[in-house]
Amino acid sequence: MASVAFEHVTKRFGDVVAVEDLDLHVDDREFLVLLGPSGCGKSTALRMIAGLEEPTEGAIRIGEHRVDGVDPKDRDLAMVFQSYALYPHKSVRQNIEFPLRSRKVPPAERTQLVQDAAGQLGLSTLLDRKPRELSGGQRQRVALARAIVRRPAVFLMDEPLSNLDANMRTATRAELVELHQRLGTTFVYVTHDQVEAMTMATRVAVMSEGSLQQLGVPQEVYDRPANVFVAQFIGSPPMNVVPGPVAAPLGVGRDDVVVGIRPEHLMIGTAGISAIVRVVESLGHERHVLCEADGHRLIVRCPAHGDAPVEGDAVHLSARPEHLHLFDASSGQRVA
Amino acid sequence: MATRTIGRYALLTFCAVVVFLPIYVAVVIAIQPAARVVDFPGVLLPKSLTLEPFRNAMRSGNLGRYLVNSGVVTAFIVGGQVITSILAAYAFAFVQFPFKRVVFTLFLATLMVPAEATIVANYETIQHFGWLDSYQALVMPFLATAFGTFLIRQAFLGVPQDLRDASALDGYGHWGFLRGVAVPLARPAIAAFTVFSFLLAWNQYLWPLLVTNDDAHRTVQIGLKSLAGANVANLNLPAAGAVIAGLPIFFLLLFFQRHLVRGLTSGAVKG
Repeated sequence: MASVAFEHVTKRFGDVVAVEDLDLHVDDREFLVLLGPSGCGKSTALRMIAGLEEPTEGAIRIGEHRVDGVDPKDRDLAMVFQSYALYPHKSVRQNIEFPLRSRKVPPAERTQLVQDAAGQLGLSTLLDRKPRELSGGQRQRVALARAIVRRPAVFLMDEPLSNLDANMRTATRAELVELHQRLGTTFVYVTHDQVEAMTMATRVAVMSEGSLQQLGVPQEVYDRPANVFVAQFIGSPPMNVVPGPVAAPLGVGRDDVVVGIRPEHLMIGTAGISAIVRVVESLGHERHVLCEADGHRLIVRCPAHGDAPVEGDAVHLSARPEHLHLFDASSGQRVA
Repeated sequence: MATRTIGRYALLTFCAVVVFLPIYVAVVIAIQPAARVVDFPGVLLPKSLTLEPFRNAMRSGNLGRYLVNSGVVTAFIVGGQVITSILAAYAFAFVQFPFKRVVFTLFLATLMVPAEATIVANYETIQHFGWLDSYQALVMPFLATAFGTFLIRQAFLGVPQDLRDASALDGYGHWGFLRGVAVPLARPAIAAFTVFSFLLAWNQYLWPLLVTNDDAHRTVQIGLKSLAGANVANLNLPAAGAVIAGLPIFFLLLFFQRHLVRGLTSGAVKG
């Protein structure tokens, strides 16, 4: 068990800054999700914890120990890769025991540990198969088994669900949360999928362009996004963001702000922002009404059943004052 | 469509005839008595069969000793080339060091230097070490090859970076990754190179002729040359010798065929 800390870590690849001045502390036994779009530096940050990349500046600690410069094998961590990185020429058993062999674990103990790990992940009957004979979900379990078999202090996961189909992803999300609770170990999990972040994380670190944008528990990040980027990245459909003057009918009396309103907080009524309905999307359990006001797009989340406007209708959109998020128009940072 | 298929088969049949006819001629001449050999083209349809030419070739040509010499020399050359090629290929594929591209380009450039161009320098080196008429003379100049390094490096480059990373986290350094992951995954290319290296080593002629003068170290291809100098009436003797000398290659190809095809087509088709 161990905490992980980035202390003002910067990573450059030539002139490209992949991670900039990252200062982040992952608590012991925490499930921290690094969330952000492609190229935001989240995978580089993870690889720096693993020792697969070295920071250009700053320090990384695992527990009390500074680990930058320490070999990956000596950091007491395991990683699950997006591609699973299973050795294709080895059986499931050999894949799982591979990390034990390098550490000279005696054969009898090795067999026991492999059986335990395989048992925990429902792989006991597949031990003699090769990875190519397994489904995507089974391969993912083998990668997890290989990670848990030697009980590392920290688990690193780099988008481990992104190659699974939607149903399997939902099921595996719950299993990962369960696994985290059972193992009581620190998890650092990288994803671009906000649903994974919201459902699994104890805290979410949202990154963009190499910088940490916000760190907090998922609900807090959703309810009080620190800036426009986080506001629009978290939530599906994303938060509506319009300039202050457009939101004036909602009682916003400032021109130097942009106003964010979650789609579920916008209401179609008789007062508020004048808009024209452009598209109505039905998702079965709800409807998304896409409106246009002064050239700005606004999405309203409506119930699946009941009255709803149709394309071309002129509507008014309103929201309660406590549901308005104000961001500075130039910096994008939250002001209220 | 049908015309195309017929055309393809016609071309393949022609190629097969071109390749197999000399082998067929050698075999049928080798298994018939000397008197029949001059009866051309009747000799191509064997009537009275005999193994006598093989016995004569082994006895008068001293092929037994030459075969052993060729076997020893080939084993060392193939072993040496495979080991040095794997190690060099690993360095070029996975290890970061200054001027890697330049060094690799220089390495590849040696492929363009014909063997004949280095033969005098190599001869002088071998003579300087006092290795003439020895196995060292036959083996040492051929222990490393740019071709093998290139072929195996390409196979190593196909090993996903994630596997390298996973292996580092699993506790393996360069050596462990090489033995446990890279070499097993590059096996088809290594097998293909092994066959190629074996063919070249086994069929060497000019170099062994140059650096060996005694029967104790001469190789089978030189032995064949002495058989070929026999009377024209005994043409079945060199033919039998050629068949004997070709047998190891035949069995090698038979054994490695699966790997060879996989090695030469790896990456060409979805695996």
